[in-house]
Order: sequence, then structure tokens, then C-alpha cells
Amino acid sequence: MLEVIGIVFIGIGLVFDLFGCLGLVRLPDVYNRLQAATKCVTFGTCSLLFGVFLILGFSPGGIKALLCIVFLLLTSPVSAHALARSSHKAGVKLWEGSVCDDYQN
Amino acid sequence: MKKKLLTYILGLIVISIILGIILFSPLPSLIYPQFPLLGVFRRAVGILLLSAFLCLYRVLRGSTASDRIVSIDMLGILIIGFCAVLSISTRRNWYMDIGIAWALQSFISTLALAKFLEGKHFDE
Repeated sequence: MLEVIGIVFIGIGLVFDLFGCLGLVRLPDVYNRLQAATKCVTFGTCSLLFGVFLILGFSPGGIKALLCIVFLLLTSPVSAHALARSSHKAGVKLWEGSVCDDYQN
Repeated sequence: MKKKLLTYILGLIVISIILGIILFSPLPSLIYPQFPLLGVFRRAVGILLLSAFLCLYRVLRGSTASDRIVSIDMLGILIIGFCAVLSISTRRNWYMDIGIAWALQSFISTLALAKFLEGKHFDE
């Protein structure tokens, strides 16, 4: 039973990964791409690792998967924030259809 | 405008054809032939490979440098997913060790590249 629930979690994670990378190709701007790709791919990979933990149980592999989830949730938003801030400071233009730029003011 | 719409429809058709080949092709797996639920993991590796190739398209085509840094970061997170899928399909624990080390190293390298893009040196 736990294996079936784990495979469902792995499927959800794969769908989120694919849609995040599709947004990375499709969207028009650096900031939009960062918005789509970082959240989707981080959540998708966390769901995939949680499915691996449900399949393996409290064996060494499963505990390593939980540790990997903690590291991803700690490090990925920090790196996304640093990338957005540095690309705004380096002078990357916004897309011409974007409405407001709060960081400018 | 019409050309743009045509490009979107063409890309959607190409990606759905590749997804159909990944999901429904009867190729045997070469990883671990005795394990049950084998097709699930083969299809998982196929979908992750498709996502990695989409990221590589953005690396080649991206107009600014921060586009390329974003897609390199996404490739690093996808590789952790690869390690997770391989650790259950081959029943070996040490793939997750590679995943943990890759997560920390990718974080440090992304921070260093962001600092470099901002115009500062590495020790500020």
C-alpha cells in the first residue's frame, strides 16, 4: 500500500518537473522564468524524494531522502532570491508587458 | 502574431509526440531486470531526461547570462531527482549521497555566480 502511495507522489513530482521546465522554455523574461521554474522544480523534486522515502521506509536510503528534502527547502529559495536581486542590479530589462517594478522604487 | 501562434502549436505537437514515445514505447529496461514495477521507473527517467533537454535548450538559446544561470540551477535540482529514481530502481543507497552533495554544491555555485553577476568579487 505504501509503495502505491509513493508511486503516486513520484508521478505528481514528475508532472511538476515537466511543467516547470516547460515554463522555463516558454515564458518571456528572466524574472518570469525564475518564478515558474524555481517553485515548480523545487516542489516537484521534494515530492519525488518524499515518494522515495515512502517506498524505502526508515532505511538509510529513506532517511537520506528526508535529509535531501530539508537541504533543498533551505537552499533553493535563497539562491532564487540572490539570482533575482543580482540580475536586477546588473541591469537586465523587464519584459515590456510587465505592469509594475517595485524593486525600482 | 500568426507566426508566433504557429510556433507554439508546433512546439506543443513535438513535445507531445516525444512524451507519447516515452510513455507508451515497449522498449525493455537495461537497469535492473528482476525488479517489479520496472516500467514506472523507466518512464520516470524518460520524463526527467525530457525536462533536462528543455533546460539545455534554454542554456543554448538564453539571451542573457542570468537565464543561463537559472537553467543551470534547475539542471542541478533535476539531477537530484535522477539520483532518487536510480536509488530505488537499482536498490543502492549511495545514489542519495550523491544527491545531498549535489544539492549543497549547486547552492554554493549559484550564490557565487550571482555575486559575480552583480559585479562584486567573491569575498565581499
